Amino acid sequence: MTIRTRPTVLVFLDSPQRTVETVRPAVLELITLGRTLGRVDVVTLGAPTVEVLATLGAYGVHLVHQAQVPTSLPESSYRLTSVLASVLATAVRRNDADVLLVPSSFAGKEAAAVAAARLGSGLVVDASSLAWTGEPGAGDPAPLRLGKRVFAGTWTTVSTVASDPAVVTVRANTVVAEPAAVATEAVVEPLPVEVEAPRVTVVERTLKERAAGRPQLEEAAIVVAGGRGTNGDFGPVDDLADALGAAVGATRDAVFEGWFDRYIGQTGVTVAPRLYIGAGISGAPHHRGGMQASQVIVSVNNDPEAPIVEQSDFAVVGDLADVLPQAAAAIREHKAARA
Amino acid sequence: MPNIVAYVVRQRDHLAQRAAHQRVVSVLVRIVVLLKYVPDISSDRRFEEGRVVRDPAAGSLNELDEHAVEAALRIVESQPGGDHEVVAVTLAPATADIALRKAYQMGVHRGVRVTDDALAGSDYFGTAAALAAAVRRLDAENGAVRPVDLVITGMAALDGLGSVVPALVAEELGWAQLTLAKSVALDGDARGATLTITREVDDAHETLAAPLPAVLSVTDTANSPRYPNFKLIMAARSKAIEEWSAADLGLDPATVGLAGARTVTVEAAPSPARPEVQVVVDKGEGGKALAEFLIRNDLV
Repeated sequence: MTIRTRPTVLVFLDSPQRTVETVRPAVLELITLGRTLGRVDVVTLGAPTVEVLATLGAYGVHLVHQAQVPTSLPESSYRLTSVLASVLATAVRRNDADVLLVPSSFAGKEAAAVAAARLGSGLVVDASSLAWTGEPGAGDPAPLRLGKRVFAGTWTTVSTVASDPAVVTVRANTVVAEPAAVATEAVVEPLPVEVEAPRVTVVERTLKERAAGRPQLEEAAIVVAGGRGTNGDFGPVDDLADALGAAVGATRDAVFEGWFDRYIGQTGVTVAPRLYIGAGISGAPHHRGGMQASQVIVSVNNDPEAPIVEQSDFAVVGDLADVLPQAAAAIREHKAARA
Repeated sequence: MPNIVAYVVRQRDHLAQRAAHQRVVSVLVRIVVLLKYVPDISSDRRFEEGRVVRDPAAGSLNELDEHAVEAALRIVESQPGGDHEVVAVTLAPATADIALRKAYQMGVHRGVRVTDDALAGSDYFGTAAALAAAVRRLDAENGAVRPVDLVITGMAALDGLGSVVPALVAEELGWAQLTLAKSVALDGDARGATLTITREVDDAHETLAAPLPAVLSVTDTANSPRYPNFKLIMAARSKAIEEWSAADLGLDPATVGLAGARTVTVEAAPSPARPEVQVVVDKGEGGKALAEFLIRNDLV
């Protein structure tokens, strides 16, 4: 039995491109969370830019493990689950990490799960809080306690992971990202990774286009969503989102109608922003399952009996085509006065 | 005349494609669909002693698994010959038979329930190990003359929403994993069959391909599950459900169930109720009231 000194937390720094040009807000949140548990290192598949290293240093990251995969591996396959899992498991073994934190996304969850399988580690997905039980260093392994919101946010569970390392995927907006009190100098270290030839071939991969100037739906602090009540006109929804600097989402019905491309819900995107505004959304169980963990819920609906009204902190009963533009104008006015 | 030429070329391509599919017949005949029985999302879902309560009166086949059954049936129906088999497998106590009956109603050929006290409380890894062991047993049946070609699952179970079991089953079996498919195509030639899927995952659109055997998961946009017909509904009532134990699957009790779980749920409680909702009826000032609420709560 070894006495734990300071636990090491490894955070997966994912990037859609070969060069790591930005650090997503969700990753900064994980680094912030990781600092409460121990010393934070990151693992990445790409080369970080000077700006990225400066950001990581400001957030108190020590080492950046940059995976070196075999040159025979086509670049298109870097994001296959089996490849990512090899990178994550190798990094955990290499720096003897106690906790691996991965942003919760479908790809992130699969990679974390397969890495945990290979490491023999316990796995918690979609955690919304993490802490050591008792004093770190009191025992090895020190159980990690993980909070999770389940059944569309109606229940909260706490799990413990007794394995060392523990593998955890964490939902966006679990904490507010904050730079470290004392900055570090993040140092890049090459991480040789052996990868089995993947069984899956990536025939084609194209990055989705992002609405310019809008945050990503998964990790936005504010989300404005539209449903059937928009009747296909997302203009008022876009208007309010722009006034707030929010991401835009929709219900599954609205997406099936072809009115929008991404839906919030149990089988779509799960959001847990500081503020969620649902316009023309009744609040079917499917949609609620994807947004009920939001901190503040506001709804605008014609129908005072809609299930979402009861789930809201603030509800306007009225026509969204009137209410949303008026709210957007008042918010712009407020922002202009403040500036 | 060009139209006729085009027609002839199309016919030739069509026949060549059909011939290609016909060669698949000896390759692809058996599909295992992994199913889960879950509490209805509109019911009063709850935990007792750290476990999800599975009330037989308020549960059903995980809705997303119907898409997996549909995908399996469509694949076998698109193949020539009638000697295909779709086997539904679930890991659960007998209450889950409702889920297997539903699969029978849709048209699967066999239903297997893996049931054992030693498997209760399994974490993701115990679950994947047990399901993979069931697939291996089916694969080896009758001297492996008809191995399993494909395992199909839904994209998530609506109770846990982990979405990791398909990837873990693929890892256990050492098979290719093609997850979260929104479209599925099977092509084959004499050398074997290739499964191609399209998917939208996180920040990209992808087309992935892999040789069989493989583990496939399908999203709720991949297909529209069929409604069972009367004949199948009647037949499903009396269809046998095979029951396998942990020992039947050669599972070590220490590695599965609560004994093997690497994570344990130690607390489960209903979330605190939200404060009473403030409702404003719009009489011309509703938007301003909304903005004021946001400003007052420092959300702008």
